[in-house]
This record gives sequence, C-alpha cells and structure tokens, in this order.
Amino acid sequence: MALLEVQNLAKTYRQMGGDTTDAIGEISCKIEPGEFVSFVGPSGCGKTTLLMSIAGLIAPSAGQVIIHGKEVSGPPPNLVLVFQDFNKSLFAWRSVLGNVRFGLEARARRSRRGEDKARSLIDLVGLKGFENHYPWELSGGMQQRVAIARALAYEPEVLLMDEPFGSLDALTRLELEDTVLQLWEELRTTILFITHDIEEAVYLSDRILLLSQRPSRIIEELSIDFARPRNQVITRSQPRFMEIRNRIYQRIRNESAPS
Amino acid sequence: MNVGRDFNWAGWMLFALLLLLWEFGSRLSPALQSYLPPVSRILRSLGELIISGQLVRHLMITLSRFLQGYLLAASIAVILGIVLGYFRMAHSLFEAVIEFLRPMPSVAIIPVAVLLLGIGDAMIVAVTVYASVWPVLINTIDGVRHLERTLIDTGRTFGLNRRKILWLVVLPAAAPYIVTGLRISLSIALILVTTAEMIAGSRGLGFFILDQERSMNSSNMYAGVVLVSALGYVLNRLFVLGEGWAMQWRRGMLARESI
Amino acid sequence: MRASKLNGLLFFLGLLIVWELVAQAGLINPLIVPALSRILRVFSDLVWSGQIPLQVAVSMKRAAAGYVMAALVFIPLGILMGLSQSVYRLFEVIVEMLRPVPPPVMIPVAMLFLGLEDGMKIFVIFFSCAWPILLNTLDGARNVDRVLLNTARIFGLSRWKIIWNVILPAASPQIVTGLKVSLPITLILVVISEMVGSTDGIGYFILDSQRRFRVAHMYAGMLTLAILGYALNQFFNLFYRLLMPWHIGWLRLKDGR
Repeated sequence: MALLEVQNLAKTYRQMGGDTTDAIGEISCKIEPGEFVSFVGPSGCGKTTLLMSIAGLIAPSAGQVIIHGKEVSGPPPNLVLVFQDFNKSLFAWRSVLGNVRFGLEARARRSRRGEDKARSLIDLVGLKGFENHYPWELSGGMQQRVAIARALAYEPEVLLMDEPFGSLDALTRLELEDTVLQLWEELRTTILFITHDIEEAVYLSDRILLLSQRPSRIIEELSIDFARPRNQVITRSQPRFMEIRNRIYQRIRNESAPS
Repeated sequence: MNVGRDFNWAGWMLFALLLLLWEFGSRLSPALQSYLPPVSRILRSLGELIISGQLVRHLMITLSRFLQGYLLAASIAVILGIVLGYFRMAHSLFEAVIEFLRPMPSVAIIPVAVLLLGIGDAMIVAVTVYASVWPVLINTIDGVRHLERTLIDTGRTFGLNRRKILWLVVLPAAAPYIVTGLRISLSIALILVTTAEMIAGSRGLGFFILDQERSMNSSNMYAGVVLVSALGYVLNRLFVLGEGWAMQWRRGMLARESI
Repeated sequence: MRASKLNGLLFFLGLLIVWELVAQAGLINPLIVPALSRILRVFSDLVWSGQIPLQVAVSMKRAAAGYVMAALVFIPLGILMGLSQSVYRLFEVIVEMLRPVPPPVMIPVAMLFLGLEDGMKIFVIFFSCAWPILLNTLDGARNVDRVLLNTARIFGLSRWKIIWNVILPAASPQIVTGLKVSLPITLILVVISEMVGSTDGIGYFILDSQRRFRVAHMYAGMLTLAILGYALNQFFNLFYRLLMPWHIGWLRLKDGR
C-alpha cells in the first residue's frame, strides 16, 4: 500500500458575492515511502491548495487524502509543511535554536537530548554558529534553512515543501537544492515538493507530476531517473536533462495558452 | 538623534533659566506668590511633607490603588482580548457593544461608580479598571486578529491543538501589540486614579492636590504636583525597562527598522 | 461578514431588551440603574427642552477653544523642533520635564490662576493636547523624506516655501494623527475639569445629577457623552476627507500600494 494517496481531490473556493473558483478539478496520485515527488504547473493552478489539502490545513470540497490507510481530516501527526513565506512562518520571538527546538517540543521531546538534537540539525542545514541569532538577523536563505531544520526536528514521515526557494536569489536556490537533497538522502523522508522552477524539479525529483491550469488535474507524470547523488554541473549538463525540461516547458506552455 | 554622550547644555540652561526667572519673579511680586510661590519654597514644602510622612501616606494610597487597578485591568483585558481576537464568533457578537462603549470617555463612569460603591478604594479601583481595560483590550484584539494566517497554520502543521497554539504562537506573536496597549494604559490608570481622588476621594495624591488648592496652600499643592509627576515618570521608566527585558528579541529588530 | 455584524447588533439589542425587562420586573434598584425606557425618555425630554444641547454647547465651546489654541501653538512649534536639531535640543528638557505631569493634576493649578471660569478649562485642554500634537508633529517633520527635501531645494525654493509646500504636507499624516489622538483627550479633560471645578457643562451636569440622585439624568448625560464622542470622531473624519482628499491618494502612493 502506498504511504500517501490522494483520491479524486477537488477544491472549490467560494468568494463573497457568490462567485466560485475551482482551484482543483480532480487530482489523484499515489506516493511511495522515500520518494521525492515534485508538482509543477502554471501559476495559479492550485499547487498550494493541493499541498495545504494534503497537509490537512484545508478541507477538500470532494475526494480525500489517505495516509497509512487513514483519511486525513486535520493536520496528520507524521507530516509537516514548510511554507513559502518563511518570514511569516518562523517565530520571531525565538532564536534559531528556539525555533528548531519548537519542532522537537511539538513532538513532545523536551529533554537534554532534545537540545543536542536541535544543534545537530542546525549544523546539518549549515547554520552552525548561528544558534543564538534571531530570524530577522539572518538572510532569506538562512531563514528558510531554519524553517527546514525546524520541520525536520519534528521527524516527519512526509515533508511538504511549498515553493520553499521561490523568494530567494538564484545562487542561494542552488545551494539549498543540494542541502535538501543531502537531508533527504540522510533522513530518508518522503518529500512532496512544489516549485515553478522546472529545472529545479527535474534536478531534485524521482517523479514529476504536471498540473494543468485551473481547475487543475494531473496531465502528465514523468519519471526522473538520473543517477544519485545528483550534481549541479554533471546532472544538469546531461542532454536528457534538457529534453525533459523542454518537454515539461512545452506542456505547461500549451496549458497556459488561451484555448 | 544624538547618542547619549553629549550633554544637552542649551536645553538644561534654558530650563535652569526659566526656574531662576520663576524663583526671582515670584519673590519680587508678593501678589504672585500666592499663586506661584518661588521654586525654593515649593521644594522646601516638598521636603517637609515627605519627612512628616504626610505626603508619603497619600503617595502610597495612590500607588496602591494604581497597582490594583492596572494589574487587574491588564489581566482581564489580555485574556478577554485574546478570546475576542481569536474566536471570530465571539468578536462579532461583542463588536457592537464595544463600538458603542468606546467613544464614551471613561471618566463619565465615575458618578455611576460613586453611586454603586460610594467613595473610597473600591470605587477608585473600579473606575481605574474600567478605563485601563480599553487600550489593552483594543490593542490585544487588534494584535491577535492581525496575526499572519501562515503563523497559525505553522502551529497547526506541527500538530498543536488549539490551546497550545494560543499559548505558544498567538500570545508571543501578539505580545508587541499587547505591550503597546499596556503602555498606554499605564498613563490612563494613573490619570483615572488621581481624577477619581479629586472628584470623590478623601485621601491620595489627587485629593491632596485639590485639597491644598482649596485651602490656598499653593506651595503644598505644587509639591503634590511634583510628586505625582515623579511617580508617573518612575512608573513609565520601570515599564520601559521591563519591556526591554521581556522583549529582547524585538530590540534589534526595531533598531534595524529605524535605519 | 455582513451576517456577523448583524449578530453583534442583535446581541447588543438583546442586552438592552434584557435590561429593560429586568428593570420592569423590579429586579434591580431603580435608584442605581433605572429602566432603559426611563433613561431614554428623560434623555429625549432633556434634549427637546434644550437642557442637554445647552450644556453640550458650553462644553464644546471650551473644548474647541483649547483644542484650536493647542493646534495653533504646537504644530508650528513641532515643525520648528522637527526641522532644527538645535531648537529641539533647546526645548527638549522643558518638554521632558512637563510631559510626566498627568493632565488632570493641572486642574487645581489652573484653578489657582484662573478660578472656575472657562479660562481654566481651556488652559487644561490646551496643556493636555500639547504633547500628542507636539510630539507627532515633531516626528512627522523630522522624518520628511530626504528625496522630497532635496527636490525642493533643487528647485531653489526659499525656506518658507519649503516649509509650506513640502514639509507641512509631508508631515501631515503625523500631524493629523496627533490631532486625532487629541480629540478624545480633549473630551475627557473637559469633562474632568467640569466635574472638579465648574457650575455648568456636560461633565458638571452628570456629576450634579448624581449628587442630587437624579439617576436617570445622570445616565442621560452619559449617553450624551457617548454620542458626542462618536460624533466628534465622525466630524473629524469628514473634515479630513473634505479638506484633504489628496491625502489618502498620496498616502497610498507613498506606501506603494
């Protein structure tokens, strides 16, 4: 049985004044444990809605999300979402260490070992030495690392990431891509990743699910089988990399074009 | 803004000049002396009143009423504010009542309080509580209502229940707003205590000042004014110190914003 | 959103109805909390007979005088202090010395000089509005955008022209804040000063009614104050919107909305 299954998920938002927006038309997919799966699609296609529904933060209008055979009806206990707006998600009143410890506290692990674990995670995301800094003192990339460390402190089975590098500059993005891959390889978490950056998706994932324009559905599924560990230079310079990337690009362009 | 080290010669000299004008102007004109006794005489009265213990007694009474009123108001207002800010239902229910009572100056409640509680400590503390609740309540509601959705969703994705979210996320995030309200209430509370003492009291600094005015003891009156102002100043300083200590994480953030 | 506002109004009305019923049933002491209907009746009597409007007019006359005087004195002073560091430093000590004085405490002082006349109340209001107006204006003038100032200078404007055409408008959001904050302060202080030392005005009316145990009159006075507070706020907003419609648009531009 798959770890996570999305079954016929649909979401319609009702606006004031009676207008409705169909964000998600019908999405179904299965995620196996340990996979790195990315969702890619044109902007406004409801990717965030999809992730929020899987995370149990939004109730779907139809369909369900099943994790370990149980239907999701609220935030599931073994899953964490890393938000795009890290500056709105990090706790400004806690230091880096405090934020990461929050992940542990949420798991009810408040012990001496807890502090050590937090420190090792901070080291893992490359922020050693910044434990006592406050979020506002850090750059965007560093802040997102804190958010990731905090999420990992929770030891989730499934990690959802909503365009986590969307607001960062290109170089930082590349750095963090490798950081995430490193963490994923070490911790063997299942990751669901949203990005609008096609090449990023191709670089990171085992599988890419392409979403259509609103109301979204999955229009194609691609298996990405480049060798791991991936490398920014080697992997990306393979001819097949560009082929896949172009294919996705064309598909999405056709989706966005007015019909 | 100049940083500390340079002493404001011009400012202090102007101030000293004014005091000297006051001192000698008052001495030269006997008619003026009954309204505006020389500074030296005021200071002498102040000293005598303090040593005799008379003024200290009034001070303690005012201070005690202030503390009771302020602390009680703060507790009520913060709790109520969080509830009304967080639970949409509760807020919409009470919104009309709040909007109706807000524009009415709190001092208008003094006659009602006298009716209900006579004159004395209970009445004075009651009106102080009533008046001091408003700034804290409004600011707390404001702070909680304007919390980023993402922040609350972060709490939820980490599996926190409602109570934990209120305590670990909402309260610290709304703290700056709450503190602003508490600071405003500080002055309001002192104003209400002294006012109530003037209108319907028989002890306390407010009463003392008015009483001395009625008996034409102007230097005693001014001595009282000086003392109550000093009280206000000290309370304010203590608050700022406490705020700085409690909100350490903000200090740096605010400094940065002001660049 | 509309539905919830309705809920709030219904709840409020519900409370009023409960009040009325409880009073009619004789469950509360009419000498302390009379029936709502009685209060409203007394209120309308007093309004129609001109009693309340008279008291309100008396109070408003004092309030307006003090408020306007404070604006006329402290806005220019604030601009001066905001623009010139040396002027600021000169007055800084005096301002910091006078600031901690709780405004009501000035009432007996003013009474000593000005007795129980209008002058006393006007002075107290003048003193109380000083700080919000002064400090906000100062802040506004001080923080005028460098770019704006330099633009004006490049155009070769004289100092007065710069103040009038650039500084004043640029600082106006803060100035307006100071004026707005001073409004409830004015109302509060006029009421207090009338309660402590006066023989007329709405504040005196409320206290006097209480002393004579004309309880319904007292509540009617309080109702008047609530309405007054609300009305003043609305008038201020209206005034602001009529006189400075460019403001809102400019603020939006400034904040990049």
